Amino acid sequence: MAYSEKVVEHAENPRNVGTLDAKDPNVGTGLVGAPACGDVMRLQIKVGDDGVIEDAKFKTFGCGSAIASSSLATEWLKGRTLDEAASIKNTDIVHELNLPPVKIHCSVLAEDAIKSAIDDFRAKQAARRASEG
Amino acid sequence: MAIKLPVYMDYHATTPMDPRVLDAMLPYFTERFGNAASRSHRFGWEADEAVGVAREQVARLLNADRPEEIVFTSGATESDNLAIKGVAEFYRDRGNHIITTRIEHKAVLDTCKRLEKQGFEVTYLEVSKDGVVDPDDLRRAITDKTILASVMLANNEIGSVQPIAAIGAICKERGVLLHCDAVQGVGKVPFDVKAMGVDLASVTAHKMYGPKGVGALYVRRSKPRVRLTAQMDGGGHERGMRSGTLNVPSIVGFGRAAEIARLEGREESARVAKMRDRLRDKLFAELDDLFINGAWGDDARLPGNLNVSFAYVEGEGLMMAIKDVAVSSGSACTSASLEPSYVLRAVGVDEELAHTSIRFGLGRFNTDEEVDFVGDLVTQKVKKLRDLSPLYEMAKAGIDIKSIEWVAH
Repeated sequence: MAYSEKVVEHAENPRNVGTLDAKDPNVGTGLVGAPACGDVMRLQIKVGDDGVIEDAKFKTFGCGSAIASSSLATEWLKGRTLDEAASIKNTDIVHELNLPPVKIHCSVLAEDAIKSAIDDFRAKQAARRASEG
Repeated sequence: MAIKLPVYMDYHATTPMDPRVLDAMLPYFTERFGNAASRSHRFGWEADEAVGVAREQVARLLNADRPEEIVFTSGATESDNLAIKGVAEFYRDRGNHIITTRIEHKAVLDTCKRLEKQGFEVTYLEVSKDGVVDPDDLRRAITDKTILASVMLANNEIGSVQPIAAIGAICKERGVLLHCDAVQGVGKVPFDVKAMGVDLASVTAHKMYGPKGVGALYVRRSKPRVRLTAQMDGGGHERGMRSGTLNVPSIVGFGRAAEIARLEGREESARVAKMRDRLRDKLFAELDDLFINGAWGDDARLPGNLNVSFAYVEGEGLMMAIKDVAVSSGSACTSASLEPSYVLRAVGVDEELAHTSIRFGLGRFNTDEEVDFVGDLVTQKVKKLRDLSPLYEMAKAGIDIKSIEWVAH
């Protein structure tokens, strides 16, 4: 299968590869997919006190489209509020990367990873408020 | 010597044509264009003679008794279909049971599945973790309704070589016909229809440096004489077993390719196996967590086959990273099903590792320089992708990946 130029570019030069401290209360971690399915994405966000995402990192086990989808997601996340981040749709990723139908699940996984990271961050904040309150 | 990119290491998929084969074919496209079935003029006689030579060449490669036992077809898929459906239909009165293995090519498995819908019963034998059928399993599977066993010579993914001689002896003893899909193995590992007791054998030219679109089915003519119901009706070519005007240029090429395989195969296999081992040694020296899929050993595996799982690196992602090398993967990311290779699953490779497998297929025109280039490139890219892999990071941190409750998607 031929890949789009944008997929190749992201897969060869992935942005924001790395690991944030998952124990940091300002960090939200999303780990989605399954090794048996051939795709696992870990996407992390670090949120400032103003509710804006300051940093985003990812690591992905998967095909070039999965790597590119998560790389693109981290680029888009930085500088957004959580609500803005939560509004990113898999179809936005499909459109940007020109993913073929067989690769749409990669974009779905990236959307899931974003939502999962936001949920994790919000759950942590809620737990913190509860323990402080 | 400069390496030409991309490097081709997918010889199980197809092979480039040997220039000697092309030379043999060329006259048969233009000045010797006759129809081998034309009996009334020189054009036809010439074509028929050329086909006769090729028939002899293919027969000798398989060690068939006589050239007439070779039926030319469009390729191995047709040969497999003709053998299995043809026998099933002809011998239906005698029984409705067929035995095959879980790791056959789809041309065999899907043919068997169609026959199941028509009332045949098919036993799919398990294989060992080395990808080898136990002849005793086959013996136990035989019933008084069994008419045919179909077992491949060598597997196209993991290269495992089956004990055809032992299987042939059992089939002979029990009066069951043996079909062997010999596509991947012939010319590379020992194969001899007489010595191994094979009654039908499928071969194809394009896996042995010949042209695409031509193959053959060996059909034993004595002890026992195998009968087939033709699957294509028409002019009664190939002694009624396969109608259709013969593809003379390709058949000529197939014959030449078979002759080269017979004369040079042994030497070539040793050379190719040495390159394959060199590639394995390079990879294993540089990388940890590698797993070879299938048997390892000189007689146990096709000389050009190296199937490796690069744990924590998804196969399709790796193929994209090494796009200067043409290989294939057991990861099914490109297929609609998302299921990894059924062959790897059948030999007990778990799904997770199946997704990380790469099949290197080496052959006649590879060089040591290419092997070194591929070894270095793969090493470098696997390291890079492992730095990108959450699974590798978790494994190195001592987290058992299997203990995590993954949500299948």
